[in-house]
Order: sequence, then structure tokens, then C-alpha cells
Amino acid sequence: MLSSLIAWFGAPAQWSAAAGIPTRLLQHLGYTALSVLVGAVIAVPVGLYIGHTGRGRLLVVGLANGLRALPELGVLVLFVLLLGLGLTPVVLALMLLAIPPLLAGTYAGISGVDPAAVDAARGMGMTERQILFGVELPNALPLMVAGLRTATLQVVATATIAAFVSLGGLGRYIVDGQAQRDFTQMAGGAILVALLAIVLEVALQGVQRAVTPGTRARPASDPATPAVGKPDTVTAGG
Amino acid sequence: MRLFGADILPLAAEHIVLALVPVLLGLVISLPLGWWAWRSRGARRILLPLTGVLYTIPSLALFVVMPIVLGTRILDPVNVVVALTVYAVALLVRSVVDGLDEVPSEVLTAGVAMGYRPLGLLVGVQLPLAVPVLIAGVRVAAVSSFSLVAVGAIIGQGALGALFTQGFERFYTAQIVFGLVSILVLALVVDALLMLLGRLLAPWAAARAPKKQGV
Repeated sequence: MLSSLIAWFGAPAQWSAAAGIPTRLLQHLGYTALSVLVGAVIAVPVGLYIGHTGRGRLLVVGLANGLRALPELGVLVLFVLLLGLGLTPVVLALMLLAIPPLLAGTYAGISGVDPAAVDAARGMGMTERQILFGVELPNALPLMVAGLRTATLQVVATATIAAFVSLGGLGRYIVDGQAQRDFTQMAGGAILVALLAIVLEVALQGVQRAVTPGTRARPASDPATPAVGKPDTVTAGG
Repeated sequence: MRLFGADILPLAAEHIVLALVPVLLGLVISLPLGWWAWRSRGARRILLPLTGVLYTIPSLALFVVMPIVLGTRILDPVNVVVALTVYAVALLVRSVVDGLDEVPSEVLTAGVAMGYRPLGLLVGVQLPLAVPVLIAGVRVAAVSSFSLVAVGAIIGQGALGALFTQGFERFYTAQIVFGLVSILVLALVVDALLMLLGRLLAPWAAARAPKKQGV
């Protein structure tokens, strides 16, 4: 098994042909980036509005929970049957998966900004727009990037299924391998998808860390955050 | 009951089993792992990032890799069960750690002073108090498990997910919509039952919950 996998990865055609690994990888990344981008164009403004005004909070909670139960495969094939084969139905289906985490992250980030900071900005004479973009948005960035991370992972995983509806991407290896009873090809594709997801996760974790200012800045005796039993301070039973 | 040329009830039963057995197994595995990660900072540093990486692996990829890891055949339902158990563990270890973190240290100290040994403290004091956080994690795991089982249809092991693959091959929209609705309903019913279980096991949490939103 392992030797045939190594042979599969090592074959020169795998890395140069029109349908080789680099092409499939770029297709996969392309679907993912496009879907997350379209999702962000919709979800971020809505999340900013809901977070800033507090209106429509229930919508966010309901969407985030309800859409988790929606089977991705079903949504994808339904969109393809309704809109025909091609990139559009796939991007729409993937976008649908990207919206809840992006919306929830943006909303949670904005509404979680310290009200005292917002009040201070208002007292200084900043307009609502200046408050949103100058005070709330920078403070919300870590949670927004967390939403982006969840959305991206969800979309990368589901973009694998796009091969089932005749698109490219790394899922092609799994679907074609299944059709040809070529398990080596399936396993090779699966390993590539898993690696891609892990690399993206690590990269976005890095971005999240970069936009998060020192989280330990808050004094330990802050009355707003009561000390919670930390595992290492208690040796249960001694 | 035959619908769309398939026996629906056995498919639905299979879907429920394939979705929920992994959550149950996942919980059983996560409790000791989570407790270990809660007690030891070293274990926490290894276990939490590791579960994060496992959760990152796309489901279809995990289904396909399982036969290599387990030595099973590609069309074995065990692949789906083990793969979904991996996801459940990945989610629930964090829930166990978070749940145990929620227990106030005064309560632990009081428990120790009353003579609880570590295992008794865990079973008698910590886990009951961790129930609200645990149930929240189990609900997420269960609901996503229902939608993930359907992905298995691509490799021929998807229970109700077969409605999607067949509906796609036949260009039959109604079959796909029926599949979507039935999986959604099953997931939401299980979610509601788990919520009720949480209320029964931790009646105080519902009364305390609204306060948390103000933070």
C-alpha cells in the first residue's frame, strides 16, 4: 500500500500534466477563495450592522445553529440540479457554508467590544461610522479572523465534494479513484486534502495570533473576570 | 415504507446509528482524555492542538484514509463510525476540559476537604457541575455527525446520504429535498432531546444561563 502510494506521488506525470497535482491544488484553492470571498462580502456587512445596532441578534444565533445540521452533500447536489453543472452552483453552495461562521464571528467581535470604549469614542464626538470602523472593527478583528478560519476550513473540506458534481479540485482523485476502483489514487487525494486543510488552518491561526494584541494585558484582579479554578492550582485529592 | 425506490426506514435507522454511535464512543474516550488534559498542563499542550488538527481533516478524506489505518475494506461501515468518532473526540476533549475548568476551585477544595478521592471527586462533584458545557459540546457533535454521515454516500456508505447521490444521478430534485429535510429533522430532534437531557441533569443551568449573555 505504502509503496504504491509513494509511486503515485512520485510519478512525474502527477506533477506536470494538465490534470496533475498542482492544477488540482490550484482549482481547490480557487473554489475555496472565491466562495469564502463571496460569503464575506455578504456576511461581514450584515455582521457589522447587527453587531453595531444589536438588531437581528436571533437571526445570527439561529443561522449559525441551523445551518450546521444541513448536510453539505445534499445542498451541493440540489444547487447543481437547480442551476445546472458548472462553477456557479458549487460556489453558491460553498458560500452558504461560509456565511454562518463569518457572520457569527463578525457579530460576536463587534458586540463584544467594551461598551466603555464605544461610549468614550462617542463622547469624543466620533460619528457612528467612525466608531464602527475606528473603534469596534479593530477590536473585533481577532474574532472576525476566527470566523474566517472556521469558514475556510468548512469550505476547503466541502470543496472536496465538488468533484462529485463534475468539478475539479483535489476531490477528483477520490471520486475518480472510487469509480476506477483505484484505492491508491483515492488515498493519495485524501492525503493531499488533509494536508491542504492542515496547512491552511496553521496559516490562519498565525493570522489570528498576529491580529490579536496581548490578551494577557488585563490585570488579574479585574473584578469583571472572577478567578476560575485553574487546573494546575488544584491537585485534586493531593 | 418505500420512497424513491428505496426502503426509507432502514436507511433512517442506519443513519441514526452511524451518526450517534460515534458520539457515544467519542464521549467515552473524551472523558478520560479531557480529564488528563485538565489535570496536566503538558497533556493539555499536546492533546488540544492534536484534536484541533484531527478536526481539521475533511470528512471525505478521513473516510478514505480509514481503511489504511484500520486495515478494513473501503466499503466497511466501520470506516465511517471510526472517522466520525475521531471528530467527536476532537470536539469533546475540549468540551470536557472547558467543563472541568468551569467548576469553581472553592468547590473542589471543599470536596477534597470532605474526603473525596480523585475519582470520587470527578464523578460526584466535577462531572455533574460540568454537565451544561458537556451537553453543549455533545449537541454540536451530534448535529454535525448527522450531516457528516451523508458525505459517506460518495464512497457508498452514507445511509440517507444515498438519496443525494441517487437523486443526482437521476436528476430527481424531490429526492434530494426529501433527503435534506429528513436528515435535518432527525438532527434537530436529537438536538432537542439532548437539550432536554441537559435540563434534567443540570436544572440549575437553565436558570443561570441568561446571565452569561451579558458578559
